[in-house]
Formats: sequence, C-alpha cells, structure tokens
Amino acid sequence: MTYLFVLCPLLFAAVAWGIKNRLRPLVLLAAALIHLLSTLWVTVTPQSPVDGGWLWLDPLGRIVLFCISVLFTICAFYAVGYLRYYNKRSNRFLCVCMLVCLSAMTLVSMAQHLGLFWVAMETTTLTMAPLIYFNRNARSIEATWKYIIICSVGIALAFLGLMFLAYSTHLAHKDATLILGELIEQAGDLNKAWLHAAFVFLIVGYGTKMGLAPLHAWKPDTYGEAPGIVGALLAGGLVNCSFLALIRVYQVCLASGPEVVFFNRVLIGMGLLSMAVAGIFIARQSDFKRLLAYSSVEHVGILSIGLGLGKGATFAALFHIINNGLTKGVLFLSAGNIHRAYSSKSVHEVRGALRRLPWSGGLFMAGFVAITGSPPFSPFISEFGIVAGAFRQGQNLVGGLFLFFLAVIFIGLARTVLPVVLGDPPEDAQPSRYQDRMLTVAPLCLVMLIILVLGIWQPPFLIRLLEDGAAMLEVGP
Amino acid sequence: MTPMEQLAHLPQTLFLADQLLVAVLLINFVMLASSRLMFCIRAAAVQGVILGLLPGIIHPFSFHIAVITVLIIVGKGIVIPNMIGKAVREVHIKREFEPFLGYIPALILGAALTAAAFVFARRLPLAPEHEALLFVPASFSTVVTGFLILTTRRKAISQVIGYLVLENGIFIFGLLLSEAMPVLVEAGVLLDLLVGVFVMAIVINHISREFSSTDTSRLRSLKEE
Repeated sequence: MTYLFVLCPLLFAAVAWGIKNRLRPLVLLAAALIHLLSTLWVTVTPQSPVDGGWLWLDPLGRIVLFCISVLFTICAFYAVGYLRYYNKRSNRFLCVCMLVCLSAMTLVSMAQHLGLFWVAMETTTLTMAPLIYFNRNARSIEATWKYIIICSVGIALAFLGLMFLAYSTHLAHKDATLILGELIEQAGDLNKAWLHAAFVFLIVGYGTKMGLAPLHAWKPDTYGEAPGIVGALLAGGLVNCSFLALIRVYQVCLASGPEVVFFNRVLIGMGLLSMAVAGIFIARQSDFKRLLAYSSVEHVGILSIGLGLGKGATFAALFHIINNGLTKGVLFLSAGNIHRAYSSKSVHEVRGALRRLPWSGGLFMAGFVAITGSPPFSPFISEFGIVAGAFRQGQNLVGGLFLFFLAVIFIGLARTVLPVVLGDPPEDAQPSRYQDRMLTVAPLCLVMLIILVLGIWQPPFLIRLLEDGAAMLEVGP
Repeated sequence: MTPMEQLAHLPQTLFLADQLLVAVLLINFVMLASSRLMFCIRAAAVQGVILGLLPGIIHPFSFHIAVITVLIIVGKGIVIPNMIGKAVREVHIKREFEPFLGYIPALILGAALTAAAFVFARRLPLAPEHEALLFVPASFSTVVTGFLILTTRRKAISQVIGYLVLENGIFIFGLLLSEAMPVLVEAGVLLDLLVGVFVMAIVINHISREFSSTDTSRLRSLKEE
C-alpha cells in the first residue's frame, strides 16, 4: 500500500508521456482523484512504520500529505480547463512533471530516512523547473535559471548538514544513521558541536527552499513568471514539503535538549524578518503575482514563528500548513485567470476584474480576505492561535511585532488588491476573449468553501490529526 | 603522536587515499585558475573519477561499494561532462569572460581558504580514526572552491561547474559515513545530480537562444521597480 502510494503517480506519468495532448489532462485528473481517495483513507486510519522504520506516514506527514493532495486535485481540475485554452501547445512536460512531483511530494511526507527525504526534496525541486518555463519567454527562462541554481545550491547545503548530523552519530557509536526514529532516540548522546553545525546548514538549506528571508531571493521572480497552476503547487505544495523538512530537523533538535533554544530563536528571528521583508515589498508592489510571492514569504515566516514558539503554538502552526496551502492555491489560480484575461499582471493595467471576470475576481478578493487572516476564514484561526501562543509564553515582543506586521501587510495587500478587483476597468481595454469557465472556477469555489468551513467548524478527524502532530512536537522538558 | 608519526602509522590504503585527496585539492586550484570552459569541465570530471575510486580504496570490497564505484565513475566521469560539454559546444563559447573576481585573486583566495580549512579541521572533534586523514579538510576546501566558482564567474556554465565542485566536496565528507547512506539513497542522490545538471544544461541552451549570451549578469530584467 505504502509503495503503491508513491508508485501510482509515476505509473500515470508514464502513461501521460505516451498519449495524445488532448487526453493528457484527463490522466492527470484520474491520478489526482485516486491519490486524494487514498490520502483520505490514510488520514483516518493510523499507519504503522514499514521497512525497518524507513517509511512511515506519521501524523505530521499526514497533515502535509492531506494539504498537498487536496491542492493537487484542485490543480488537476483546473489543468483540464487551462490546457484546453492552450490546446495548441504541447502539455507533455507539464503533465508528466506534475505527476512525478506528486510522487516525490508523497515520498517526502512519508520518508523517515533523512537521506531518502533529501532525495525526494531535490526531485520536487527539479520537476518544477520545466514547469516554470512553460510560457517560453526571456523572463521565464531567467526565473527558471535563478530558481534552479539557488534552490539546488541551497539543497546541497542541506545535504552537507545531513552529513554533519550523520557524523555526530558516528562519533557517538561508530554506526552512522540518518533514520529519524534512531536519531531522536540517541539525540542526547550526540556530539554537540557537529549537531550545531548540522542544524545551521539544514536551516540555511531548507530555508532557501522554503523561501524564508533573507534566503528568499528566487521567490518573487519564480512565482511571478510561473503559470498560476505552477505557482499554486510551489506555494502550497513545495513550501509545505520544505516546512516538513524543518519539522523533521526540529524533532531531532527537540530530543537533543539545549540545542532547541538556539533553533527556536533562529526560527522566530527568520520568521519575523520574513514578515518584515514581505511587509516592505508588498507595500510598493505593482505586479500582482509578485505580490502573492511576497505573501508566501510572509506565510513561511508565520509558519516558522509558529514552530519556533513551540508549546502552545504548534497546533496552530500545523493547522496553518493546511490553511496557507489551500488559500495560496485559490489566490494563484484565480490570479492566473485574471492574468490571462488582461494579458498583463501590472496593477496599472489590471483594474475592475470583478466586472470582467466576476468569478475569478470574486475568488481573488475572497482569497485576499482569507490570507490576511480575517475571520471567518480558517487562516484567522491558525494565525490567532500563533499570536495567542506567543503572548501565553510571555513573548510579548514577538506577539506584538507579529500583529504589527500582519496589519502592515493587510494594508499593503489591500492597496493593491482592491483596485485590481473593484476599480473601474480601463477605458481603452480590448475586450478579452478569455472568459471564466466552469473548470477554472468551480474547483476554486470548492476550496474557498473548505477554507470557510474550516474557519467555523473543524471536523473531529482533523483536530485529532493536528493534536497527534502537535503532541509529537511538544515532548521533552 | 605528531602528525608525521601518525602518517607513518597509516595503513597503505589510507595513505593512497590521502594522496588522491591531494590530487583533488590540486584540481581545485587548477579550476580556479583556468578560464577555458572545456578544460574546467574535464578537470571536474577527473575529480569525479578520483572520488569514484576512493570508496573502493578505503572500504573493504562489497557489492554496495562496487555498485557505487561504477555509478559514480560513469555519472561524474562520463555522463555529466558530456552533457555540459554538449551545452558548451551548442552555445559556441570557449572561455569565461571577465569574472567578477580575477583568476589570480581567486587562486590566492582559494589557497587561503584551503589553509583555513586545514586549520579549522584540526580543531574539530573528529573520530580518532579520521584525525590523521585529509578527508575533512579536503571536503571543506572543495566545498569552498565550489562556492568561489559559483559566485565569482559570470557564465552560466561556470556556475554549473561550481555546483558540481560543491557536490564533490560534500561527497568527500560522505565517504567517512558510507553506512548512513544505503546504496539506494546514494543512487538517488547521484540520479538527482544527473537530472539537475541535465535540466541546467537545457536551461543554458535556452538562455543563450533568448539572450544571445550565457552571461548570467544579463539576467536582470526581473527585479523590484
């Protein structure tokens, strides 16, 4: 079953490679639906480790997998409509790479051997590169180059960190290991100096992949130039995978005792810096896709602050994985629709989207309200939980700055998003031949509904899952 | 024991391994000093082959080691250099042009950082069986060299070479820990490296078509206004 989970999307990828352009999106959709059903099944049934503890879909992995699977299904529905619009262009690479990426993301969520985890992470990075270049122009090739070179080097540094981690186990008992369970068991005896070095390199490496400031240089360019569907997968899928990487490192850290204080400080520091950077660049942004990229920088900051605060905020941080992933999906996909209708992503030209594309405009607006943490949507619950955790711990400065940055970002986003959605359409605008279609809008409405429902009522299975996950991150002193 | 005495007590195989690592360090300097791209690619390939030989020298023979040796020599020695070499021929460039840091300063900086790596490695808490060996300093020095090439050169191809050297440096460190990386994971790492270089080579090709140049400092249309 576990192997099938990873292999199934690969099988579909092989099928997609061979068949006609017209049928390929349907294969994508079939793979996504099968994946979603199996994910829902494993979410409600507890899983046991297989293969000597190498693969185990633990609660933390299940949270991430749940978000990825829902998001991917939405993207697959969207892809059917989207690729019908671009039916002249070959979609072979898009479909195949998306499916391989799904397989790699599934492996990330269940890998308990950190080396295997790394291999899957690097695979997700590489499969996204051809997708960023889907539009085949000078700007997108530049974005692709920056993405692949910065992320590859970042991930290579994380690998060096893993080597240091393994070396600390070698020093302890001559039998180097990278299996998470064993690392957590022995963490207390490991050599502190190597452990410290390992954590530094792992934070830098996976932080680059996640786009935490000051390592976010590639993010605005990449998200700005990638098609909406790829942006959604990057901001809702890959970001969560790299956050899971930080969570795995955090688990070892937590078990090792004193190291966790250092790790927490770094996470909170980088998180606040990310929010500050996002606040500054959102305020004067005239490109609404880059705007979303900075919003993603903000939210990886929020996630890492939540993780860094630890006790009390962990539940909310894990919940925010799902909320951020799904809301980013809605935002990127609806922004993609608006971009196509106006053939521009500058806020000087794109105005009054609500009148030209009522559905996409409305969804973009709803996504904006949700992502800024306004009730009654679910990001409000998780962001509130993180702030409450900060104040409960007496970290008033962190909580205060967090609220301040949220307010600044709200104003900055509103200044750009409101004219785009509500303003008057430009007088000289050509009537667009792009219109909202069922398939590029309906799945987004469904996700928006999920986000709304999660903000009002959380299903018991989800609460149990999040509590199990939080319990894994709150052991120790 | 002084380092010299420790060296005298080394088993013959480890002595050979240390000599090969010295060759790796020399190749680092050669690459820092050279502007010819094909030459750098070949140097990186030779470095890769040497690294491929090392596991077989320092560990007793096993199936695992044999597979790794073959995979690494084929991957780093043949496949990767061919892919980058093809990219170089397709974009018709032979030399790195006006690097951000000249070759002589880069070489001096590389030498200084290598010396620092040796000093630093002696202060690290190493396992007793690794203390007299060159693996840790050679690894750090190669990683730093990779970074220098990555950051100081303009051509996209030079940056790929820098990335390869960086990976080689990490690999040297990994030699101390072969039991942590089962053969499947090791193969996965190598496959990712291969695919990564493959994708980079394709991207370089498209960059040269779009910009009529592979100079990455021309890639600056994306920025904040």
